[in-house]
Amino acid sequence: MSDAAVQKPARTAQLPGLSALGPLLALILLVVLGAFLNDNFLSQGNITNVLARSAFIGMIAVGMTFVITSGGLDLSVGSMAAFVAGVMILAMNALLPAMGVGVPLILAGMAVALVVGLLAGLANGLLVTQARIEPFIVTLGTMGIFRSLITWLADGGTISLDFAVRQLYRPVYYSGLFGIAWPILVFAVVAIAGQIAMRHTRFGRYCEAIGSNDKVARYSAVGVDGVRLMTYVLLGLLVGLATIMYVPRLGSASGSTGTLWELEAIAAVIIGGTALKGGYGRVWGTVVGVLILSLIDNILILADLVSPYLNGTIQGVIIVLAVVLQRGKSSA
Amino acid sequence: MAAAPMLELREVRKSFGPIEILHGIDFALHPGEVHALIGENGAGKSTIMKILGGFLPPTSGQVLLEGRPVPYASGAQAEAVGVVVIHQEFNLAADLKVSENVWLGRELGRVFLDHRAMRAGTQALLDQLDSTISPDARIRDLPVSDRQMVEIAKALSRKARVLIMDEPSAVLTHKEVEVLFRQIDRLRAQGVAILYTSHRLEEVTRLADRLTVLRDGAVVRRALRGELTEDGMATAMVGRDLQDIYPARRHPMGEIALDVRGFSVPPLVQDISFTLRRGEVLGISGLVGSGRTELAEGLVGLRPAAGQVFRNGASVHIRSVREAAAHGMAYLTEDRKEHGLLLDKTLRENLTLSTLPRFGSPFISAAREETALTEAIRDFDIRAPRRDMAVGNLSGGNQQKLLLAKTMLSSPEVVIIDEPTRGIDVGTKSQIYAFIDALAAEGRSVIVISSDMPEILGLSDRVLVMRQGRVAGELDGERICEKAVVRLVMGTAEEPAYV
Ligand SMILES: Nc1ncnc2c1ncn2[C@@H]1O[C@H](COP(=O)(O)OP(=O)(O)OP(=O)(O)O)[C@@H](O)[C@H]1O
Ligand SMILES: [Mg+2]
Repeated sequence: MSDAAVQKPARTAQLPGLSALGPLLALILLVVLGAFLNDNFLSQGNITNVLARSAFIGMIAVGMTFVITSGGLDLSVGSMAAFVAGVMILAMNALLPAMGVGVPLILAGMAVALVVGLLAGLANGLLVTQARIEPFIVTLGTMGIFRSLITWLADGGTISLDFAVRQLYRPVYYSGLFGIAWPILVFAVVAIAGQIAMRHTRFGRYCEAIGSNDKVARYSAVGVDGVRLMTYVLLGLLVGLATIMYVPRLGSASGSTGTLWELEAIAAVIIGGTALKGGYGRVWGTVVGVLILSLIDNILILADLVSPYLNGTIQGVIIVLAVVLQRGKSSA
Repeated sequence: MAAAPMLELREVRKSFGPIEILHGIDFALHPGEVHALIGENGAGKSTIMKILGGFLPPTSGQVLLEGRPVPYASGAQAEAVGVVVIHQEFNLAADLKVSENVWLGRELGRVFLDHRAMRAGTQALLDQLDSTISPDARIRDLPVSDRQMVEIAKALSRKARVLIMDEPSAVLTHKEVEVLFRQIDRLRAQGVAILYTSHRLEEVTRLADRLTVLRDGAVVRRALRGELTEDGMATAMVGRDLQDIYPARRHPMGEIALDVRGFSVPPLVQDISFTLRRGEVLGISGLVGSGRTELAEGLVGLRPAAGQVFRNGASVHIRSVREAAAHGMAYLTEDRKEHGLLLDKTLRENLTLSTLPRFGSPFISAAREETALTEAIRDFDIRAPRRDMAVGNLSGGNQQKLLLAKTMLSSPEVVIIDEPTRGIDVGTKSQIYAFIDALAAEGRSVIVISSDMPEILGLSDRVLVMRQGRVAGELDGERICEKAVVRLVMGTAEEPAYV
C-alpha cells in the first residue's frame, strides 16, 4: 500500500502555526509602538512597573488557563483575591500582639493567604464536581459571596495592615533579586512551571482531554472529577500567591480590591490562544496575553494619544480580534 | 440499464494539503439502481460520497447532475435539489429531539413552529421503519443504532432523487438492516439513484445492481450484479487472496478469571450471571437495546450496578474505569465518536490517554509515546496520511483500529470489546480476529459483544444471548449455531426471517 508517509518517524516538535504566533507578533508590535511613542517606555523603571503590575493578574491567569482548558470557568478570582487579602491582613494584625513584628508573622500571613485561597478554590471545585452545578453559575455565586464578605469584614471601608508590619513586608513587592522585582520573579516561575505542567505532565494532558470531550476522558480511565477539582484548587492557590505579592504594595484591602481581575485574567487566557470551550491550552500564550493587556494600559498613559478612559475599548477590540483569529485557524 | 446517469464524477481528484487521496475517479449513479462502493478503510469511499453530496469540493475534475455541473456548493443546497447523504459519522444535533432533528432546516409552520405536524410526520416515518423510537426522545439519550434509524428517517423525509448512504448498516442489527433494505428496495423501484457502502459484503451481494471497487483512491474494478462473488470482491479490495477470516481456534482454557453473579445495572439489566475463563472468548449476542452495552459498562464501573463480581476468585467492587484497569479489565466502547476518541487531538494523544502513567512521571516522555504510536500503527495497520493529524480526519475504520490499539495498550487480562469490527474492512477484520485469538492464546479472557452474527459464531467459545436485560440462554461447543442464537435472540420458537 502507498502509505510511505505512515512509516516516517514524526517530527515531534510541531512548529506553532502563524495564528499561534499572532499574539506574540501583537506583543512585539506594541513594544515597538511604545518605544516609538515615548522615550521612557523602555526604561528599566517603566518595564519593571509594567511587569510587576502584570504579575498578579498573570499568576491568576496561568491558573485560569488550566480551568478553562478543562472546560471550566472561574468568575470569582477577583473577589477571591480581595477576600484573601482581607483575611490575611486581619490575621496578621490579630497575631501581631502574640508574635511581634518579625519574619515569622509575615510567614504566618502568607500561610493564611495560601490556605484561604486553597479553601476558596476547593469550594468552587467541589460545587462544580460534586454538586454538578455549571462553573459559570457556581463562580458567579461565589464571586458575589467573596465580594460581600470582604466588604463586610472591612465594614464598608478599608482593612489596613499595621504600619510596622507593612514596613517589614514592603520589600516583597518593592525589592527583588539581581535587580528583578520579586513579583516578576515569582510570576516567571509560575509561568514556566505552568507551561511545563500543561505540555509535559499528565495533569495538563488530562485537562486538555477533559475539555475536548469529558466522556471520552471518563471512558479512558481519567479521574475526571479529580482533575477538574485540582484545576480550581490550583487556581485558588495561585490567587493566594498573587495576594501575597499584592498586599505589600498597598498594605490594605477593601471592597473594591481586585475588581474586574477575573475578566482581565479570562481575556488574557483567550488572547493567548486557549480555546474558551476548552480542549486546548497554551500557558505561554496566556503570559503574552497578560503582557499585551498591561502594555496597552501603559502605552495609553505614557503616550497621551487617546484618553486612558478608552483603555477598555481598545482591550475589548483586541479580545474580539483574538477570537476571530482563533476561528480562522479552526476552519482552515 | 442504459438510462443516463443521474449523478456523475469525471476525472475527480481530491487532495488534503499536499496529499492526494483520490486519483482521477470516474463514477456514475443511475436512476432506479443501487450502486455499491466498496474498498478498504481509507480507500476514499466517504470522500467520494462527500464530494457527490456537496460537502467537499473536488480539487479537480467535474461533478455532474443529469449531465450538467452540479448547481450546489454545500450539503444544504444539494439536499434542496434532492441529493441526500446519510453520513458515516452521525450528523444529528445531540441536544435536540428526534422530531426536531428530522425537520431540521425545513421546519413546518409559518411564524410559529407546527410542533404537532412535525411530530406526526416523524411518527409516520418511524412507523415506516418499524421503529419504536419516540419522536420526543433526545438524540443524546439514544443508543447508536437508534441514532442511525433517525438518520435514515431524516433522509427518507427529504424526498431524495439521489440517496447516498455511508455504511448505514454498520451500527444496526440484522432486524433493523432488513427494515432498511425494504426501504432501499422501495426507493429503487421509485427510480431513486442510490449509492451504498458497507464492509459487509453479503449486503452488497443482496443489494447492488452495480459495483465499484476502490483501492487507495483509484477504481480497480467495476462489475454488474452477479459478476463478482464475495471472495472476488474481497480479493479486488485488498489486492490479494484472503484466507478464511476466522482463526482456527480452540485453546486450552485456564481457571476462572471473571465470575459475575446476580449482576444488575438499573434500570434495564437484571440478574446476570456468567463466568469467563482464562483463554476464553465469550460472545454476547442480542438485539440492540437488550442491555449488552449497559452490562459491559456496569462491569467496568461506568454505570452504577449491583451484584457480585469476582476476579480470579476475589470479590471486587469496581466503580470507575480506573478501578477496572487496576483489576486488569478494559472496555472498548461501541461509540467511538462520543466515548472513544478525542476527535480534535492527534493519534499520539489518543493512543496513550488511558495509560498515560506508563509514559513517564512526572513528565510524559514524548519519545516513548511516539514509539508506542509507531508500534500501534504497525500492529494494527492504521493508515494515516500524517501522524500528527487530528483523529477526526482519519477514515472511520482507521479510527476504530486506533481505538482498539488504545484499549490494548493497557494489556488487560479481561477485555470487553463492544462491536470490535464496526466499519472495518474484511482484510483488517481478519487481522483483528487473529488478534483476539492471540489474546486468548496468551491466556487472556475476551468478551465480544457483536451484532454481526458470523462474527459471534466464528469467534466465540461460548455464546451468551441477552434479551430485554436478562440472559436468554447460553450456548457452547457444538450447540453454537446461527439458528440457535437467532432463536434465543428473538425469543421465538421458530426461526425468523434473517438475511
Ligand atoms: N479532512 C481531512 N484531512 C486529511 N485527510 C483526510 C481528511 N478527510 C479524509 N482524509 C483521508 O482521506 C483518506 C480517505 O478517507 P475516507 O474517509 O474517504 O475513507 P473510507 O474509504 O471512507 O474509509 P472507511 O472504510 O474507513 O470509512 C483517509 O486516508 C483519510 O485519513
Ligand atoms: Mg468511510
